[in-house]
Amino acid sequence: MSGSSKGSWTVKVREAAVEALPPEKLLPDGQPTYVASWIYVFGVASIASLFVIIASGTILALKGPAWWHYTGVGHFFNSIHMWAVELFFFVMVVHLWGKYWMAAWRGGRTRVWMTGAITFVVAVPTALTGYVSQQNFDAQWIATQAKDGLNSVGVGAFFNVTNFGQMYSYHVLLLPIAVVALVSAHVLLVRRHGVVPPFELDRRAAALQSEGADTAGDATVPTGARS
Amino acid sequence: MSGVQAAVLGAVFNLNHPAHVVHWHFIKLPLANVIVIALMLVAFALALVLPFPGAARRGGDAS
Repeated sequence: MSGSSKGSWTVKVREAAVEALPPEKLLPDGQPTYVASWIYVFGVASIASLFVIIASGTILALKGPAWWHYTGVGHFFNSIHMWAVELFFFVMVVHLWGKYWMAAWRGGRTRVWMTGAITFVVAVPTALTGYVSQQNFDAQWIATQAKDGLNSVGVGAFFNVTNFGQMYSYHVLLLPIAVVALVSAHVLLVRRHGVVPPFELDRRAAALQSEGADTAGDATVPTGARS
Repeated sequence: MSGVQAAVLGAVFNLNHPAHVVHWHFIKLPLANVIVIALMLVAFALALVLPFPGAARRGGDAS
């Protein structure tokens, strides 16, 4: 590497990225023992649902509005899309409950918690804009109900749920980008800080650290858990 | 879905009526939403108590 390339912004970004997320952390080949529990499955189930949502939504977007009403295949993909959304919220809420009761913001994981919470908040209007983009009586009913709520808080002029074009744009572009970006950040932060350990392990690790013991070799505590 | 299948499903789930609503004081929720919330609570409870396959082999006591 030449001396001049050391000052390059690409080198700085690369070095910062590798320092924050070395390959063995980014793509680990194992997880701490305590992760062997069903409650830890709901996070990856949320991501799996999101994959199905994006894939089925892409097909619906390629075929365009109305396809999902007038063909059997279109109706099938519309149903896959809708039920994947239902599943996404179902597993995401259980994931949220699990992480809330294990205080998953411990050990420097505030940003992990916040990106997850904001993802939930952004996912709600993403779903709402989908429901009002259906182009049927259900969409009309939801839009006319939602407009009153949105007008009551003063955002109706900017976010008009009875405007199909605006809602469709929000639904297929703006909000999905936000959700995918937030989920990506959330997953990368989980990789960086490790999965939050149970309270008991956290207390033991803190006690060991206070005694000055070297806990680096403890397989049950993820490296970087306290970063 | 054939007409026969639709008729069978229709016999199981009679949708030809206004939605059932659970109304308790200021709480007013469609029955379908109440059922989904109950299912989420059941899934949460089961996730805490059911043993995870291979957890014992890995030497963990998490369940």
